[in-house]
Amino acid sequence: MSDSNNSTNVHSNIDDSKNENGKSQLVSLIKREMAVVMRSQSEFVYPLAFFVIVTSLFPLAVTPDPVQLAFIAPGVLWVAVLLSVLMSLNNFYQADFEEGGLEQLLVCGVAGHQIVLAKSIANWLASGLPLVIVTPLIGYLFNLDPQGIKIAVVSLLIGTPVLSLIGSIGMCLTLGLRNGGVLLTLLVLPLFIPVLIFGSSAVQAASSGLDYSGQLAILLALLILSLLLAPFAGSAAMKISID
Amino acid sequence: MWIWFYQMASPKWFYQFTDKLLPWFRGSTLVLMLIGLALGLLFSPADYQQGNTVRIMYIHVPAAFLSMFAYVVMAISGAIGFVWRIKMAHIVSVSCAPIGAIFTLLALITGAIWGKPTWGTYWEWDARLTSELILFFLYIGFMALHNAFDDRTSADRASAVLALVGLVNIPIIHFSVEWWNTLHQGATISKFEKPSMDADMLKALLVFIVAFQVYFFTVLMQRIKSEIIKREKMTGWVKKLVEGKAS
Repeated sequence: MSDSNNSTNVHSNIDDSKNENGKSQLVSLIKREMAVVMRSQSEFVYPLAFFVIVTSLFPLAVTPDPVQLAFIAPGVLWVAVLLSVLMSLNNFYQADFEEGGLEQLLVCGVAGHQIVLAKSIANWLASGLPLVIVTPLIGYLFNLDPQGIKIAVVSLLIGTPVLSLIGSIGMCLTLGLRNGGVLLTLLVLPLFIPVLIFGSSAVQAASSGLDYSGQLAILLALLILSLLLAPFAGSAAMKISID
Repeated sequence: MWIWFYQMASPKWFYQFTDKLLPWFRGSTLVLMLIGLALGLLFSPADYQQGNTVRIMYIHVPAAFLSMFAYVVMAISGAIGFVWRIKMAHIVSVSCAPIGAIFTLLALITGAIWGKPTWGTYWEWDARLTSELILFFLYIGFMALHNAFDDRTSADRASAVLALVGLVNIPIIHFSVEWWNTLHQGATISKFEKPSMDADMLKALLVFIVAFQVYFFTVLMQRIKSEIIKREKMTGWVKKLVEGKAS
């Protein structure tokens, strides 16, 4: 039942590992996702390019004044990250859904929450992490001070997986819908608000020399909470879309 | 007890049950609203600071309360429908959404009208108003998702999941907005500056909260009834009902 489709040829491995523990299953699922990602570089490049272009619009639209740019930088960074994570999610689910890969995995007896977790992790590795890596550059362009840049990287490192996880729920809910893209933003952006608030305020606090540990702690709490709950919600949503 | 539970799950039975209840709810909404209006407009004092504008509170607070209450009802009945696959629960959940959205909008509009004389502006990024705005977005998302599916069962189940995710998120969103607000504004003007409200004002407010609550259930039942008719239009009893009304 496998090897006909290039995105489903890892199924036999998953089938073998069914009797083993769930951890190796998760690892092989992530490997499968990453193999699919590696075949086309668009997953890395598009969100990254989107992020850089969106942020570079702000100096043009608002002001090139370095002081004011540093002031709006935390908000701009975080909003641009929210949007590019949202954009990147589609590639991870839609093709797999349309080709039947998702259904095959479920039929093979892979737990839905494992799939969602694996896809969220792969999405973060392929799309979230590159954003974190270019953040120092963008921060520098926005005249953000070194401390602010450092905390921007740390807060994004904690916050972007939360975005991938929550976004996955929305993505699973809108699988196979005609204008799923717009709907996805409608559903998910309000749920991103806590991450946005704590993420950008951590950067603001750091760049104005205040204590930022509270914000980071709450971001970490949000990460733990979403790691625990989002895969199950996503799995429930995915099963609705598939049957 | 269990027989009653099974009956509740049958749209036909629910329709007839609410048919009997509705006149009572309509009547008590009317009476309570009139009592509330009398208490609020005639028998309660004006605020020593805000003057007569404080009377907007009698609409604003119940609307804000019900906007959240409706979400909880929507999410819980959605969850019941999701877990036990009871179609009646989904009907309740779906019928709640527009009512809740309207209450949210009402709370936003009355908040803005109240804000003009008190804060000097229609819109202030106040924690409560911002939370209400986000709640409004959540309602819109729910309704948009429900509309997007062609298949009704999928629509019901997907929007139930979304409502539950929202229910988990609402306290977090509320807390984060509150926290964000205290960070950005030194001293917010609290709507309840006085530690204890005047007894007459409290009385009027409580009557209004109960009146809005009863009104909510009245409108909810009305919506549920039309939703039942819409969904069960192919069944015999609905056909009989419509024919009976026509003749």
